[in-house]
Amino acid sequence: MPPDNEADDMAKTLYDKLWDAHVVRDNGDGTHHIYIDKHLCHEVTTPQAFEGLRLAGRKLWRRAANLAVPDHNVPTVHRERINDPISRLQLDTLEANVRAWDVPYIDLFDERQGIVHIIGPEQGASLPGMTIVCGDSHTTTNGALGAWAFGIGTSDVEHVLATQTLPLRKSGNMRVIVDGRLGPGMTAKDIVLHVIGRIGTAGGTGHVIEFAGSAITDLSMEGRMTVCNMAIEAGARAGLIAVDDKTIDYVRGRPFAPTGPLWDKAVAAWRDLHSDTVARFDREVRIDAGDIEPNVTWGTSPEMVVSVDGRVPDPDKEPDAVRREGMRNALRYMDLKPGTPMTAIRIDKVFIGSCTNARIEDLRAAAGVIKGRKRAANVIQALIVPGSGLVKRQAEKEGLDRIFVDAGFEWREAGCSMCLGMNEDHLNPGERCASTSNRNFEGRQGAGGRTHLVSPPMAAAAAIAGHFVDVRNF
Amino acid sequence: MKPFTTLDALVAPLDRANVDTDSIIPKQFLKSIHRTGFGRYLFDSWRYADGGGEAEQDCAGRPLREDFVLNQPRYRGAGILLARENFGCGSSREHAVWALQDFGFRCVIAPSFADIFHANCGKNGVLAVRLDGAIVDRLFREVAGREGYRLQVDLETLTLTTPDGRVIAFDIEDGLRQRLLHGLDDIGVTLGHADDIRAYERRRAMETPWLFPDREQVISRK
Repeated sequence: MPPDNEADDMAKTLYDKLWDAHVVRDNGDGTHHIYIDKHLCHEVTTPQAFEGLRLAGRKLWRRAANLAVPDHNVPTVHRERINDPISRLQLDTLEANVRAWDVPYIDLFDERQGIVHIIGPEQGASLPGMTIVCGDSHTTTNGALGAWAFGIGTSDVEHVLATQTLPLRKSGNMRVIVDGRLGPGMTAKDIVLHVIGRIGTAGGTGHVIEFAGSAITDLSMEGRMTVCNMAIEAGARAGLIAVDDKTIDYVRGRPFAPTGPLWDKAVAAWRDLHSDTVARFDREVRIDAGDIEPNVTWGTSPEMVVSVDGRVPDPDKEPDAVRREGMRNALRYMDLKPGTPMTAIRIDKVFIGSCTNARIEDLRAAAGVIKGRKRAANVIQALIVPGSGLVKRQAEKEGLDRIFVDAGFEWREAGCSMCLGMNEDHLNPGERCASTSNRNFEGRQGAGGRTHLVSPPMAAAAAIAGHFVDVRNF
Repeated sequence: MKPFTTLDALVAPLDRANVDTDSIIPKQFLKSIHRTGFGRYLFDSWRYADGGGEAEQDCAGRPLREDFVLNQPRYRGAGILLARENFGCGSSREHAVWALQDFGFRCVIAPSFADIFHANCGKNGVLAVRLDGAIVDRLFREVAGREGYRLQVDLETLTLTTPDGRVIAFDIEDGLRQRLLHGLDDIGVTLGHADDIRAYERRRAMETPWLFPDREQVISRK
């Protein structure tokens, strides 16, 4: 082999580096035990795991490596009153488990409470270079910090509680490079919807996707989290972005972040959290940021997405039979006809929130569109649900809440809310929603509800107009 | 975990690509704090004609959507689900596997699976078999064409056998195969390597002490 290729073989991707640093043992069967630095817990996917520990008489391996918070089921109004007894039992179960096992916990009435993937970075509980897991697929959000973060099922939650490791098979390396400059009004959400539209919801299956390129590094940390959040919607095991000055500036001073000499030592190590320039990727996709437009999904999968200037596509023009049938099912469910301009689609509700788009930057972008305007009469509800109590406080400090309330939006407490409608915020059958969340699956926001995924400014503009509009001309 | 060695079961075809775990088990049923009882809500909004059930609802009197495949009498008692690309995408909810299992499925066959769903199957003794798209296409045609279509699954020999005796080979990772065959308790196996985990922690606490503030306190207290 020529010497320059030998040099290539030594080069590592960011994912390779994170993998290598966390190998506890090679099991010799293609799996390795990987050490988990941080385990985030919420109420929905942990009760059976704690129960499993109890039944087997096992201990918690490392108490301090966990952080728990209630988010999926929590009310976004009248916190003190949880009407649904089944939701209440699940929340009480989380609280009983964290007390019994002495797990660090942020409770419902703590201002730091919020969506688990928002408070991890916000608290500095998620740090660059960590392995981070949670019984929740959107754990990928944390990859924006240069951490290897991924969602797991409840059996693996139990495994992590008991052993602080997981037996894993290494994923492939994939890189999505978004170069160039985003057009005015375009956001991180438009980037990631564009990527998913291009590679499909299984485009990243079996891979960890590193997002790179000038349009990615130009994003704020909040925007990078939005991109990594939806890596799972492209099927990827995790999303990653290399550490740079923005990452380090973001982490500095967070409550759980290191301080003093430890901080300096950590920063020195974090500076190496990028792919080597000659590292090889198993797959690479290049996207020109200039091609990205304000995106709106039309179907029941995040890959069913078009520009707001576009029209609902025609299944008859799809050559593949399985895909064609999928499109027909989606149009039936969404009650849309092929050829309909996206801007002609009228909406009933608006949801601005979720682990995808409920950080302060998202609320500022929405407020920028809403300021001085009013919610359209046909929009029966427009919810703004901040990602955490601290995001809420910051927004109120900036007066964003007044802008929302004056325009006829509801300003709520933090939680997952209408992204998945496990609490009382949901769509009723047939209702159509412009949503800044991550999934437009059938029934996701409520049985029979119809979801269109968009960016916060696009959702805000739709709330004012009553239908989708191109935020660039709004 | 219940071992998986062989299975001889009726096949039910679910002819849709990208079936997500929200469809397999909608969110209102995730409020349960138990691992069992999800089978009655499997594919809830596709199976029932009432627009979606409620958590802990008794499903005995609920109206069924007769056009949904699992409601058709010929597929009653199916133990193998034949599916399309990217089955189990979306949410990590293991409740999706618990629901399939509780309903009676011990094996799912598809051209591809979402990663987390695939991992969750392995943790619960449900065999997820990946087959070439063309073979899956043919199985869909055969299942539709013959009532009572069964497959024999043999995890020892890694084969499926069709009713007319055709043998289809499949492959899964050997570690997973062993765990399924022996119904191994993953956590028990891992705890057998506890010394390796402790050694790793000692080394990393030196190299990256900011990741071990708890250990730092223990050290400084001494």
